[in-house]
Amino acid sequence: MISAVDRKMTRYVPLALLALALAALPAVAQPYYITLVLPAFAYGIALLGFNLLFGYAGLLSFGHALFVAIGAYCAAVLSSKLGVRSFEAILIVSGLAAVVVAIPVGMLAVRYVRIFFGILTLAFGMLFHSFLFKFYDLTGGDTGIRVLRPTLLGTAFSDLDKTSFLIGPFYYYCMGLLILLGLTMWRIVQSPFGLHLAAIRENPRKAEYLGVRVRLFRLVAFVISAFYCAIGGAILAINTGQADPELAYWTHSGELVFMTVLGGFANFFGPLVGAFAFIFLKSELMSTTQYWRFFLGVTLALIVILFPRGLMGLAERVRSTWAGRRT
Amino acid sequence: MTAFFDILIGGVFHAAVLFLVAAGLQLVFGVQKIVNLACGSFYALGAYFGITCVNWAIAGHSPQWLFLPVLIAAGIALGVIGPFIEALLRTIYDRDESFQLLLTFALVLIFQDVLRFFWGANPQQLGNLSMSYGKIEIGALSVPTYNALVIAASVMIATGIGAFLQRTRYGRILRATAENREMSEALGVNVRWVYACVFTLGTVLGTVGGALVVPTAAASLDMPVELVVEAFAVVVIGGLGSMRGALAGALIVGLMRAAAIVFYAELEILAIYLVVIVVLIARPAGLFGKAVE
Repeated sequence: MISAVDRKMTRYVPLALLALALAALPAVAQPYYITLVLPAFAYGIALLGFNLLFGYAGLLSFGHALFVAIGAYCAAVLSSKLGVRSFEAILIVSGLAAVVVAIPVGMLAVRYVRIFFGILTLAFGMLFHSFLFKFYDLTGGDTGIRVLRPTLLGTAFSDLDKTSFLIGPFYYYCMGLLILLGLTMWRIVQSPFGLHLAAIRENPRKAEYLGVRVRLFRLVAFVISAFYCAIGGAILAINTGQADPELAYWTHSGELVFMTVLGGFANFFGPLVGAFAFIFLKSELMSTTQYWRFFLGVTLALIVILFPRGLMGLAERVRSTWAGRRT
Repeated sequence: MTAFFDILIGGVFHAAVLFLVAAGLQLVFGVQKIVNLACGSFYALGAYFGITCVNWAIAGHSPQWLFLPVLIAAGIALGVIGPFIEALLRTIYDRDESFQLLLTFALVLIFQDVLRFFWGANPQQLGNLSMSYGKIEIGALSVPTYNALVIAASVMIATGIGAFLQRTRYGRILRATAENREMSEALGVNVRWVYACVFTLGTVLGTVGGALVVPTAAASLDMPVELVVEAFAVVVIGGLGSMRGALAGALIVGLMRAAAIVFYAELEILAIYLVVIVVLIARPAGLFGKAVE
């Protein structure tokens, strides 16, 4: 029998090792691969939030790219139009803007569940996309707005060129953010609030009879997920140096769902795994074939049909058969 | 007056095409409870294949008036892919609907590159062929004959489907399956067969819609993802699963788009989503939909 300490060890040791490996990556890997890890961090953060809504509350949004775009455009407007360079300020404004938008949108959207929730969120996402696309003077239209390099904790790192800034200080900053927001999300899903959400997902009517305020809890989950997506969007925009309307397009929302399901929505770490797996899969496919969408689609179809619990579900199954064979 | 009439005709033409795609979407959702994101991909496939078929017909020196029948035949021929895709979807009928939505999203990605593989990344066009049908002149007003024919074809298909669903034995079986799958299965309906037929019919409606639109507009790789949002707007405004809703929704979206393009181009797509959101707030189930939980 494994003692409680051992069990804790088996859970935390791999995580700590993983964090160490990611921290050591810039020292050993080629810059190209490190620049791939950055969007994975960004999507990792966004998906932690997204999965609170999808995995824990059971609401599938097909419009969360809206909030990623809000984060990206906040970073763009603040850095290149208003001259605000502090990354901390950008993060706070992005998060707040997402919350401000998410409250009314969420209040309307959480009146529905299932497919109607998905379609309504898709409509809101596309509304924002067409706003970005059509109001050229405000948003730069289809070319979008440039995003300038921010300062981190007041330091400008002006002696570094763009790549070494991104794979140096910015890399560690984002990794720190991912850990911080990851721990926060871990607390959220373990809290009574997280348990309420799971109860609502399993049986909304029963939860309501037990006194759970179903819509309020769904709304709070919606707002938190929007916040996380906006933070991810701000990182994404600084990494690419550009905020464009494609970020809000419904296919981008679809990619968010894709990543979550690829990693496994039933597992807390699934979305993170999915973000990394998706970014590397996509970049590998794009460098080998111009028909990368085809292979991404086939991958998604296979995951949906054969492994609905994603990579983490697959790993769990392998581990349990292995453990079963051992005893 | 002329401007108003042009908006009306442009809007109704757009609505006629949108109705076909939306009707396919509604049929599949009504019976199989699957929201098919790939409906736009079928539409684009119909458009590209229609161009290819017309080019073949031109190379074969067939008379120009034949190209409308050729386009419709091209769309119907593409129905062969329906049963295969239905077989793929069949693997997840019992699962949560988010998985069904995702699988159709996978199809969108796959078709995107299938189109690119066969027809390349550049938009394709049929030139000005639709004008070879001439115009119908009524006093000061004129309507391109081709547009009038497409509108008429769409109306015929709409009444045809309506009669099929309401008056025929198969239509009754289909509605019964939509109402209660288990019960109709218990009464001896071959649900598998019904699903395959419905999905194929839905596919054909999409591909014919796409084929009919190419004489007036170019076929491009953006077509599938752009059309999906419009078709979604139509079904949400009209109410998911309702044929009458698809008709009303298509007219609203088509006319609004035509009007917005003339009066205030910035609002084109924006206006449509605003209507969608207003409808969802005021009438959650859509104009003709059943109440939802």
